[in-house]
Amino acid sequence: MAEEDCELNEKRKREIAKWFLLNSPAGEIQYIAKDLRSVLNDEKAYNEAALEAFPLYNKSHFICLELPDRSGEVLVTSYNELDENEFLDPRTAQVAIVDHVKQVCTEMRPTADEELSSPYIEEFRCALDAEILKYVAEAYPKGICSVYCVKGKDVEGPGSNFELVVVISAVRNSPQNFCNGSWRSLWNIEFKEDVQMLEVRGELQVGAHYFEEGNVQLDAKHECKDATIFQAPDDCAISIANIIRHHEAQYLESLEASYSNLPDTTFKRKPLVWGRTWKGKMVRREVVARWFPMKLILQETCDSSTNFLTFIHTNRPGSFTLLLASSRKNGLFFMGSWGVKVMITTKLRPLSD
Amino acid sequence: MEAAMGLMRRIHPKQSETALSALLSLLPHHSSDLLSQVDQPLQVLCDLESGKEYILCEYNRDADSYRSPWSNKYYPPLEDALYPSSELRKLEVEANEVFAIYRDQYYEGGISSVYMWEDDNEGFVACFLIKKDGSKTGQGRRGHLQEGAWDAIHVIEVGPEEESMAHYCLTSTIMLSLTTNDESSGTFSLSGSIRRQMNMDLSVADGHLCNMGRMIEEMEGKLRNSLDQVYFGKTKEMVCTLRPPSEVVLRLPTADLA
Repeated sequence: MAEEDCELNEKRKREIAKWFLLNSPAGEIQYIAKDLRSVLNDEKAYNEAALEAFPLYNKSHFICLELPDRSGEVLVTSYNELDENEFLDPRTAQVAIVDHVKQVCTEMRPTADEELSSPYIEEFRCALDAEILKYVAEAYPKGICSVYCVKGKDVEGPGSNFELVVVISAVRNSPQNFCNGSWRSLWNIEFKEDVQMLEVRGELQVGAHYFEEGNVQLDAKHECKDATIFQAPDDCAISIANIIRHHEAQYLESLEASYSNLPDTTFKRKPLVWGRTWKGKMVRREVVARWFPMKLILQETCDSSTNFLTFIHTNRPGSFTLLLASSRKNGLFFMGSWGVKVMITTKLRPLSD
Repeated sequence: MEAAMGLMRRIHPKQSETALSALLSLLPHHSSDLLSQVDQPLQVLCDLESGKEYILCEYNRDADSYRSPWSNKYYPPLEDALYPSSELRKLEVEANEVFAIYRDQYYEGGISSVYMWEDDNEGFVACFLIKKDGSKTGQGRRGHLQEGAWDAIHVIEVGPEEESMAHYCLTSTIMLSLTTNDESSGTFSLSGSIRRQMNMDLSVADGHLCNMGRMIEEMEGKLRNSLDQVYFGKTKEMVCTLRPPSEVVLRLPTADLA
């Protein structure tokens, strides 16, 4: 009986450990692992869980590992997985041998012929890779990308359908600033010879984590579809890269729109004031009644890119100070802004006069 | 315990309930520390006598029952349960009334509850709770998010009166989650929790309630602003670092179409 209990515990411990590892925010699995080991206090259960969880985590996060000879980087995804810890880098025709738990690439070997796509497919793949490299270099300060063939890699010439996948991964870890983030794009392109069309499906996933004296996380996901006509490899590559560029730029815009809509909707609470006492309800109502028309006038006279901050401070019963600050955001960063501050102190008179 | 808190600091706020129950099963001997240090999304129960809803937390729990601030009764009924002294109960009733007004003014809806109990050193502790569901199906009057919740927990320890002054120690936690979902932009979800402490020595001339209310209001304002400006701002900054919005990038596709 006791033994059975113990065994269940082992199993449960392993499940818990796996859950924590798999749910680590982007770039933080090693930190989670460190804390988890000391909470678990059971190396066996931890090691078993790590062996199961790390490969899944690495592949779903498209982690990027430096090659041992420092000649470049290899992405770890399920699309270039040859074996449990072997990942293909088609650009250099090499296979990286990976230690999942340590998250390093330990060895490299040249690819075997049967691991590569046929010369016909390779023409499409290479052309697309070149276009995507150009796009990633211009759009992402630290982006890594690759193109893999996931279906029909042995197709020798026109007449059959095949499928390519574009993976883009950008990671930023700055633990000293308590901030981590990742951008993952997955683009699936079906080359349909029979209907002379390319069907493009995109899955974009963006995460950010800020945890100085708190824990705030952003998760955003988006799927989209597009299509273009089947052309020569170089022309296909250009139109696919344009589709990707267009959708990703559009998605970034919509992310920014989501951010700027947030404060205006449910998140923004009415800036009321607490009166001089808990019972000072009436004073508060009057201040609000006087403040609202003023805010409307201000908003109408300025364009929509101007933000207002209003603070009301009740000095004593019957009088209040209103501080209006207006600022204009410079572009999309919060860096540059100009502002105006106005301070008004008023005595409250009954509203009727 | 430190490692456990480290895990809670990193794991997604939406998964904190699962994470906490996992930690409780791994560290049963730390369960009381974990329950008091890790804040969980607030749960609600209906007081059958008054027909009003009230918020459940560690501070109105006795065994498996929770005391309602409206009727002062435990649900499910409990014999030999703990109650605050009649004097403190009077303050509690008043606090619930005033806090409900405060909550309605600020939050336009939502549920609030205040609980008080005597502590060991001649003072008392008060816990102010607010829960608002801002989702489409929620009770918020402006609910139009796919999913949205704001939970606030304010615990104030009030020291004994000395020469008409008292020491107040406020610990506040705000838990927030927002999700929007539409076809053009996909799912967008921001969630998080922050916790801050504030200490003040105030004259009790105007009464405890007045002092506590002012502290809570100030704290809520600060927390709200730092969530909005700092925390959400930081995640946005991160997105822009990963893939900066660039005029060139935005213009290219239209140029190609032309």
